[in-house]
Amino acid sequence: MSETVIAATRTAGARLAAAWSWGWPKLFAIALVIGAWEALFLSGWRPSYVLPSPGDTFGALYQMVGTERFWLAVKTTMTRAGTGFILALVLGSIVGIAVARVKPLRLAVGNVITGLQVMPSIAWFPLAILVFGLNEQAILFVVVLGAGPSIANGVIAGIDHVPPAFTRLGRVLGAGPIALYRDIVLPAALPTYVAGLVQGWSFAWRSLMAGELLVIIAETPSLGTTLDFARQMSKVPELIATMIVILIIGMIVDGVFGSISRRIRRNRGLAIDD
Amino acid sequence: MANAEIILRADSVTKSFGPEGAATVALSGVDMTIRAGEFVTIVGASGCGKSTLLNLFAGLDKPTSGTITVNGKVALMFQEATLLPWLSARKNIELALAYAGVPRADRETRVNELLAIVRLGEWADKRPHELSGGMRQRVALARCLAQGARIVLMDEPLGALDAMTRDHLHDEIESIVRDQNLTVVFVTHNMREAVRLGDRVILMGSRPGRVVHEQSVPLARPREMDSNDIATRAADLTNRLKAGQAVLQGADS
Repeated sequence: MSETVIAATRTAGARLAAAWSWGWPKLFAIALVIGAWEALFLSGWRPSYVLPSPGDTFGALYQMVGTERFWLAVKTTMTRAGTGFILALVLGSIVGIAVARVKPLRLAVGNVITGLQVMPSIAWFPLAILVFGLNEQAILFVVVLGAGPSIANGVIAGIDHVPPAFTRLGRVLGAGPIALYRDIVLPAALPTYVAGLVQGWSFAWRSLMAGELLVIIAETPSLGTTLDFARQMSKVPELIATMIVILIIGMIVDGVFGSISRRIRRNRGLAIDD
Repeated sequence: MANAEIILRADSVTKSFGPEGAATVALSGVDMTIRAGEFVTIVGASGCGKSTLLNLFAGLDKPTSGTITVNGKVALMFQEATLLPWLSARKNIELALAYAGVPRADRETRVNELLAIVRLGEWADKRPHELSGGMRQRVALARCLAQGARIVLMDEPLGALDAMTRDHLHDEIESIVRDQNLTVVFVTHNMREAVRLGDRVILMGSRPGRVVHEQSVPLARPREMDSNDIATRAADLTNRLKAGQAVLQGADS
């Protein structure tokens, strides 16, 4: 009995120790940044209406989170991000599979996809605004163009790196072309595909923020417009608070992708980085 | 067995790779006859075209000239077990059943039977990376059986395993092959292993790959890898392989 208790305490203690060893460097880093910021504020390098103190900023954040308008803005932005990302996922995957499968298609557009991936998607906005107008479609268009190429490239790289032994196995087992793709090639490509999705997400998020700053739609609060209004009204604490929200949302989504990717790798006995 | 049905046959098979003129000849004038129920081992140095020959028998490739005759369904076992890493042992076998056209309702029973044959029942739901090398090859063997093949081509399936595991799998493969009435072509570079397992040993020379010698092994089973009988025969065959190789190299120079 006493043994069990000791073991249980140890596990709880061990868990706490693990949480601490995971958490303290992060807490330390946050404390360091806030400390440096406070020091910069106190040094009087810039007047407080340009560079507010961490205290004022977190106060503004706290107030902002309490408003309905803020959650409306988050909802608009996340809806755009979600719609754009899912559209990019569908289109990117279809294009990726087609390019990986059809050789002439690869010769024709393989490099273009990489080119599009490298091209800053914000460069599309002037054209998108002219074609679609200052509206949701313009934003969506650029988000899809931002994320799609990374996703397509993830599919292509994933399929290219499927071990030849697996495709040979498929033939030996008598898999038809569709079954070979469904059961062997695509699952084998999954880890690289997910890496492409992670990258696609980060491009989508960046394109979306650029879009929300450029394409401001009346009566539709978003994180981008919140930033822009805060700048126009010189509400600097609110501006920085919004930036923190944008940072945190990006990190949360990335964390979700990271844990999906780690689970896939663990299931396959692959090395897990970090 | 001498009168048993011919199940695999190579007639003057030549296989070369690469462009005409600069082609590498992997196999040259190979004749081979394998009858139902035989356990044939093929030994040779690397580059003797053993794997190429198995690919031809498996229909993965076509000979440049000559003919290959295959009389029955063929399954292949590789040096790496090549299990799909995202599927459990059970699901890996089930996939082969699905491709072999076994109705969905019958698959579970059949998988359990196959897992019992290779004695992996308790490991059914483990993924490949959770299994040892020997276990992985046993799953691969079960997968071959799942294909409903009567011929199993084994390409150095035990080459990557430690000696103890390998000896153990020799016994297991031997008994499964007998119980399931399989015909086996087993490629290895280990002469003792060839003598240990084979009803007949075929020696292949390299550059270009060709049959140098073949000999039946009349030793009673079960056989011991470390027995004197096997050691003596293996040594004799090694000398024959060297001699066969020397004849050709003499002709070259």
